[in-house]
Amino acid sequence: MMTQQDALINYCLRLGDSSLILGQRMAEWCSNGPTLEEDIALTNVSLDLFGQARTMLTYAANLEGKGNTEDDLAYRRSEREYYNTLLSERPNGHFGDTIARNFLHDAFLYHLYTALKNSKDETIAAHAAKSIKEIAYHLRHTGEWVVRLGDGTEESHQKIQQSFDDLWMFTGDLFEMNEVDDILIKAGVAVDLNDIKKNWDSTVNEVLQRATLQRPKDDYMQTGRLQGMHSEYLGHLLTDMQYLQRAYPDATW
Amino acid sequence: MNLKEKYTEQAIWDMIAQIPDPEIPVITIEELGVLRKVEVLKDKVIVTITPTYTGCPAMKMFEDDILKTLHDNGIENAAIKMVYTPAWTTDWMSEAAMQKLKDYGIAPPVKGTQDKGVLFGSAPKEVQCPQCGSKNTELKSQFGSTACKALYQCKDCLEPFDYFKCI
Repeated sequence: MMTQQDALINYCLRLGDSSLILGQRMAEWCSNGPTLEEDIALTNVSLDLFGQARTMLTYAANLEGKGNTEDDLAYRRSEREYYNTLLSERPNGHFGDTIARNFLHDAFLYHLYTALKNSKDETIAAHAAKSIKEIAYHLRHTGEWVVRLGDGTEESHQKIQQSFDDLWMFTGDLFEMNEVDDILIKAGVAVDLNDIKKNWDSTVNEVLQRATLQRPKDDYMQTGRLQGMHSEYLGHLLTDMQYLQRAYPDATW
Repeated sequence: MNLKEKYTEQAIWDMIAQIPDPEIPVITIEELGVLRKVEVLKDKVIVTITPTYTGCPAMKMFEDDILKTLHDNGIENAAIKMVYTPAWTTDWMSEAAMQKLKDYGIAPPVKGTQDKGVLFGSAPKEVQCPQCGSKNTELKSQFGSTACKALYQCKDCLEPFDYFKCI
């Protein structure tokens, strides 16, 4: 039987890992953005996400009480010990792929954190209240780009429609729940993701409609993240991100 | 040495309040609202700060600068406590701090503009150019040279400038 403490640690890892992995993806854009302003924007988002990841991983490390720091959790876990959303680990692809992926994820985090502001766990509530201010900027940024690309040229429309079609099978994972959620919802710490889904649907529909894009049909949805099952892409990402600490353990600046 | 007998909390506050923001050196940690609280215990000083943005790299500088200032004043045993609630807001900045930002060439936050609809059209209507004072300005990017700033351009004097985002 899982304790509430174990459930809370797992929940913090989910939140922290999703921000960390998406932050790492955004960092890959550094110096590769389509314009200078956009390069700066994408890496600004990365910075915010790393900040958010740090708060949650620090909290998870403290709850574990094994003397780990947030860096140990980031650099010393293998992919099976990661609980980030499947969407966050999708490769950057072209600019439209990144915008579509981040928009779907930003809308999820925006509504999740809005609800978590009322969490009975003080640290999570404070984290949500703080992060929501940053995520609002991220969502506005990606939402505007979705409209610009979708309602842009024939080519940009077709490309970003394809991005949404390709990514759609990873959106079901965002709203999956298990025993961890059951325990924490009962304790008033977590929120029911079915409720978040309704708000997410309405934001996504509003933006897709404005962008003259078709919402893809819910078909097969990839799953397994809650058990630490990921796509092959996460392993490659971690290999890159963790290289230094794996090659030179405990190296510091 | 009993720190409590030697220093009041106000004395410690005054000692560190003037530490400048490393990226915007015209405003201090006090004016920025990052410095939240000072506690003096018998053998230890605890300084509570709050981050502007969760990933702001300047936070580490703030911590180091605060500890160094305290050490330079003979207080060896000091600790920094980071709090996230209440979440930092640009509303904590004084009018004087806003004026300093403007004089430095950064348009200060337009108060009460952060809560309008998240999607679309929620950028502040009137951001004044810190160079020529014109209100005929245009948002270039919501993300600027640091986490707390957006990039604008004046359509009259044509100068690009930083706008301190309202959050």
